[in-house]
Amino acid sequence: MKNLRSTLLIFVVAALGFGALQALIVAEILDDYTLQILCVAGINVLMALSLNLISGFTGQLALGHAGFMAVGAYTTGVLLVHAHWLLFPALVAGGLMTALFGLLIGIPTLRLRGDYLAIVTLGFGEIIRVAINNFDEILRWAFNSPDMVGWTGGPTGLSGIPGYATNIMVNNPAAFLWIYPIVVLSVVLVMNLIRSSHGRALVAIREDEISAQAMGINLFGMKLTSFTISAFLAGLGGALYAPFIGYLSPPGFDFLRSVFFVIIVVLGGMGSITGTVIAGIGLTFLQEFLRTSAKDAGNGLVVLIQQNLFPSTISAGAWSVDLVPLSQVLFGLILILLMIFRPGGLMGTRELPLTRWLTTPWWRKKELLP
Amino acid sequence: MSTLLRTEHLGMQFGGLRAVGDFSLELAEGELVGLIGPNGAGKTTVFNMLTGVYAPTSGTITLATKTGNAEQIGGLLPHRITRKGIARTFQNIRLFKSMTVWENVSISRHFQVPYRLAQGVFRLPPFRKAEADLRSEILELLAIFKIDNKAEMQASNLPYGEQRKLEIVRALASKPRLLLLDEPAAGMNPQETLELMELIRFIKERFELTVLLIEHDMNLVMGICERLLVLDYGLTIAQGLPAEIRNNPVVIKAYLGEDAVHA
Amino acid sequence: MDIVSLFFQQLINGLSKGGIYALIALGYTMVYGIIKLINFAHGDILMVGAYIAYFVFAAWGFTPGSIFVAVLFAVAGSVLLGISIEATCYRPMRSAPRINALITAIGVSIFLENFPRLIPAIGPNYRDLTVPKLFETIHIGEVSIDPLKLLTLVVSLVLMTLLILIVDYSKAGKAMRAVSFDMGASALMGISVNRTVSFTFALGSALAGIGGVLYMLNFPLLDTYMGIMPGLKAFVAAVLGGIGSIPGAILGGLILGIAEALTAGFISSKLMDIVVFGILILILLLKPSGLLGVHRKEKV
Repeated sequence: MKNLRSTLLIFVVAALGFGALQALIVAEILDDYTLQILCVAGINVLMALSLNLISGFTGQLALGHAGFMAVGAYTTGVLLVHAHWLLFPALVAGGLMTALFGLLIGIPTLRLRGDYLAIVTLGFGEIIRVAINNFDEILRWAFNSPDMVGWTGGPTGLSGIPGYATNIMVNNPAAFLWIYPIVVLSVVLVMNLIRSSHGRALVAIREDEISAQAMGINLFGMKLTSFTISAFLAGLGGALYAPFIGYLSPPGFDFLRSVFFVIIVVLGGMGSITGTVIAGIGLTFLQEFLRTSAKDAGNGLVVLIQQNLFPSTISAGAWSVDLVPLSQVLFGLILILLMIFRPGGLMGTRELPLTRWLTTPWWRKKELLP
Repeated sequence: MSTLLRTEHLGMQFGGLRAVGDFSLELAEGELVGLIGPNGAGKTTVFNMLTGVYAPTSGTITLATKTGNAEQIGGLLPHRITRKGIARTFQNIRLFKSMTVWENVSISRHFQVPYRLAQGVFRLPPFRKAEADLRSEILELLAIFKIDNKAEMQASNLPYGEQRKLEIVRALASKPRLLLLDEPAAGMNPQETLELMELIRFIKERFELTVLLIEHDMNLVMGICERLLVLDYGLTIAQGLPAEIRNNPVVIKAYLGEDAVHA
Repeated sequence: MDIVSLFFQQLINGLSKGGIYALIALGYTMVYGIIKLINFAHGDILMVGAYIAYFVFAAWGFTPGSIFVAVLFAVAGSVLLGISIEATCYRPMRSAPRINALITAIGVSIFLENFPRLIPAIGPNYRDLTVPKLFETIHIGEVSIDPLKLLTLVVSLVLMTLLILIVDYSKAGKAMRAVSFDMGASALMGISVNRTVSFTFALGSALAGIGGVLYMLNFPLLDTYMGIMPGLKAFVAAVLGGIGSIPGAILGGLILGIAEALTAGFISSKLMDIVVFGILILILLLKPSGLLGVHRKEKV
């Protein structure tokens, strides 16, 4: 009964949060730009949640989640653009198609040792991207007809994907209406999974494969289940992304994007769902900040240094610095430093005791502190 | 008494190395048999073949099923063998370190859990009932071993002796008919070893088990085993009652060298 | 061009590219053999080697002397970088779970790929270099052979032979094999594990540095991400040959190079990457220990 109550409670809180955000949107306190970042954050959380399931909880490092995202995004995108499907079935199809990919990729690879899996998923991620890029070429070669044209748009991308709203001006608020509930629901369901016997079996596999198998756990079966669910969620993330962004192109789903999801999971804590949610939102905003404000700030700083310390060089041309790679440099450093000094990330394998916080009266809160 | 497990001419070859050759054993239901021998004699390899970690390179393993038929289990995957009623502990403790005591035990019950994954994800009624039952069952089991008060403790925080105990509880939770104990007394002091002997006798009666154990502690082996097998260089060099083994010159030679026999 | 000529043309192209893959694959395989780490940043060492050579050539043009200096600097820079990465980032990870070490390596890789982009002298844009035609093209029937490709292959083969000699006969090489067999026991036998691991990284990085110079001469287009693809493919080569096996890495590299060139010649150059990763997946399915690898099972 406790379980049921806490699940309900999460939904109530999520609904209240949703209502509050909607109120902010209507009152125009939350501007369109922030809303857009919130949508991206939601999708990133979903992607990282998916990765955490297979890598954090099951202990199988996967490095091809951008590829799964691409499968979901392109499936939904193609169905919306070329087959004129309705939004909801197209989203579900994106998730299911990716789950099928996950199943097919998982069957050969999950028998391998952990670090091989990392490389094979990386390889698959690349294959998927290259295949989307050269879809025409593959069809022509496979069917031996030189005029075939695929649906993916190849290197030029897939454009004109119908949005969440027919009016493009309100696409972000409409997207938010879809993304927020789906992400919350996914988070809750994955948490339920982890707190069931099946979830405990996954964690046991992470802790000690040989021991888990000796206790009757079907190693391959459970890994495959986890990987397929993970692929479904990643595909759903991609599916939600397609109508949100409106335009898909293969370079957007490269290895660096897969790594971004890894960074979220590692920073939040491999094996912590609340950690993933916090890190996912935080890193999305950080990345956005680095892309916009920090760029100007960096250039401002360089100009200041030049004007004050090296005034003689001004005649030769103003200094400028490109800080766009800065976020990547920082992310690399974050990974290294985390692994050396705090391998558990922010949360380790713990969760924020949200439901206990909410169900405990304020005068007893002290007892909850560690 | 009927036979529970029989191995015939079991052998394991790693490349050019013969770890075990021609190992034959017959375990009757309810027996407590010890497997001894010097380091590297192939004892753990026998366990690994019985539990499916290694597929034997020759020979057969036959297990009597609950209905009384005989079944080949050699080369099956470990989880299949566990589900047929063979459970084990590990020589070097292999608990799920970050999980709680309770969760560790629950893993052995996973294959008997009566709800499906989707029912757990959506918290449907079968899930809630099964989880409540599972929890109280495991707490009862833990209570038998007097560690129920530590059910929520992280396994790696248990003292060494209790970690060994938890390994046994975890193995028992899968409701085995045959329990394989791999050096259960390793690292224990004489007092703890005495307690362990009591414990092994007790669980054997209480859970109606057949037990096969590997052990170096001769007091324990001689004190509780009904029958002993001695392995050396992968071959069975002697078997019989503890008293017979104690005085067997071949065994003494294997353990202590040629000179000891004449001393 | 008839099919036979095309085949030989692509075979030579493939062997030359495969030689570079093999040089890089050796670094992967040695490091994996000794500390069981997939050194993700290994491909980026190639990039650093290529950039060092680029700056030498940009300053002094192409002369026999500048080529020598370029190789020398590339090797020195790569070795220094490889050793310092190991000492600062991987050494603290040696007793940590493997997945942590792997994530550290990914972090190092991302850092190496992006940090140079912040340096104004390197920057985020492509750099290309016009490599003057050093030799006359050789024609045999319809097959035209670029001696640069031939030279690449010869240099790679010489370096590989040298490496095998070092690993098999030198004292440091023996220490390497001992540490990769059993790190704990080697330490007890008086082998300095840290120094041996450093030496392994130095060897691997030196090969990657020279690989970088060769790669740049053959494909003279540089950016900081240029190491990713050859690095990945070399890793595939190492797995194909059997990771941990030195002859395996060489064999895997050459096979992969040939497979790529034949795909480009007979199917489409756009499908090269798919074929490479397809090979990886096939080999892992059929023989996960690789062509020349040995299968080791975890001790229970």
